[in-house]
Amino acid sequence: MKWGWIPDHFGMLGTLLGQHSVLAFVPVLLGLLVAVPLGMACVRWPRIYPPVLATTSILYAIPSIALFVFLVSYTGLNPPTAIIPLTLYTLSVLVRNVVDGLRSVPESVRQAATAMGFTGLRRLLRVDLPIAVPVIIAGLRIATVSNISLVSVASLIGLGGLGQLFTDGFQRAFLTPIVVGVVLTVALAVVADVLLVVAQRLLTPWARGRTA
Amino acid sequence: MTFLTDVWHWFGRSANWHGDDGIPHRLVEHLGYSGLALLLAALVALPLGLLIGHTGRGGLLVVNLANAARALPTVGVVILVVTVVGIGILPVLVALVALAVPPILVNTYQGVRGVDADLKDAARGMGMTGWQVLVGVEIPSALPLVLLGLRTAAIQIVSTATIAAYVSLGGLGRFVFDGLAREDYSSVAGGAVLVAALALLSEAVFVIVQRAVVSPGIRQRG
Repeated sequence: MKWGWIPDHFGMLGTLLGQHSVLAFVPVLLGLLVAVPLGMACVRWPRIYPPVLATTSILYAIPSIALFVFLVSYTGLNPPTAIIPLTLYTLSVLVRNVVDGLRSVPESVRQAATAMGFTGLRRLLRVDLPIAVPVIIAGLRIATVSNISLVSVASLIGLGGLGQLFTDGFQRAFLTPIVVGVVLTVALAVVADVLLVVAQRLLTPWARGRTA
Repeated sequence: MTFLTDVWHWFGRSANWHGDDGIPHRLVEHLGYSGLALLLAALVALPLGLLIGHTGRGGLLVVNLANAARALPTVGVVILVVTVVGIGILPVLVALVALAVPPILVNTYQGVRGVDADLKDAARGMGMTGWQVLVGVEIPSALPLVLLGLRTAAIQIVSTATIAAYVSLGGLGRFVFDGLAREDYSSVAGGAVLVAALALLSEAVFVIVQRAVVSPGIRQRG
C-alpha cells in the first residue's frame, strides 16, 4: 500500500465516486417508479402477476456483463448502457416486494379503511402502500447494494465509476487503487443502506414505539 | 436484424465448436469454476447456517456481516487477489465463493430459524435429541429456503464466472472479452447468450431438484 497515493488523487476519487453513485442510484429510482404502479396493478388484477414474475425472473438470470456489452452496440459507452440493465434488475427485485408488501396488509385494516370511506385507488395509496413500506424498503436495500456492486462490472467495459480503479490497478499491477476501490465501494453501500433504514423510520412513524 | 443474423452465423461457424477455443471446452471450464465455487460456498455456508439457526446464537451478527459482504464488488475482489497471488484459479474461486456464501448462509439460517416452535416442541416431546430434531425436523422444513439460497447463489456464480476471462482464465467469458478486444460483437453476444442460457438452465435444475426433494406436506403450505 502506498498511502501517499490517496491524497494525491482526491479529485479523481471524488469524480469516480460521483459517477458510481449516479450509475447505481438512478436505476434504483427508475426501478421504484415503475415497480410501485406495476406491483399495484398486479395486486388489483392478480391474473397479470404470474407472467410479470416470470419475465422479471428471466431478466434477473441474464448476466450483467452480457447486457452491458449488448447495449454498447446501441447506446455506446454512455451512462444509459449501465442504467438500463440495472433498472431492470432493480425492477425484478422490487415488483415482488411491492406485491408481497401490499398483500401483507391485514384484512381487518382493510375493512376498517373501507368503513372509514376509503375506496379503490385512494385506499391503495393512503392505507395499503404506507403499510407496505417496510417490505418495499427491504427490497430497495437489496437492489441498492447489488447495484453498487454491479456498477464495478460496467467499469470493465469502460463506463466509469469506482471499478475503473480495479482495471487501472490491474493493468499496472498496482495494489493501492484496487484496495481503495473495494473499500470505497463497500463504504458507499453501507452509507446507502443506513440512509434507507433512516428513511424507513421516517416513513413509518407508527412503528417507532413498537420495537422499544 | 443483421446483428442477430451475425450472432446466428457465429453459432454456426464450425471453428467455434472444436478445440480449446471451442464452445464445448469453454462450457466445461465455465461449469468447472461454477460447480467448484458453489461446492466450496455450500461447504462453508450450510453447516454455519444450520448451526446458528439451530442454536439461535450469533444470528444477528452473522446475518449483518453476510449482508455487508454482499456489497463486496466481485470484480474488485478478483483483481485484488490476482494482484497479490498472481493469475490462477484461486482469485476467481475466492471471489465467487465470497459472492455465494451470503445468500446460502442467510437463507439457511432463516429457514431453520423460521421452523414452527410447536413443531420442534412436539419433536422434543417425542424424545428426539438435538441432532434428531435438526436432521429429522428442522432441515426438511427449512429445505425450500435452503434450496432458494443455493439457487440464488448458483445463478449469481454462473453469471459472474464470466469475469474469469478478464484475468486470463477460460470459461464462456472468453468469447465476451476476446470479442470485445477484437470488436467482434457477434462473439460477445454469442458468449452472453451462452452464459444466460446456462444461468437459466441452472435455475431450472434447482426447480426440478426442489420438486424432487421437498416433502409434499411442506410444499402445500408454501
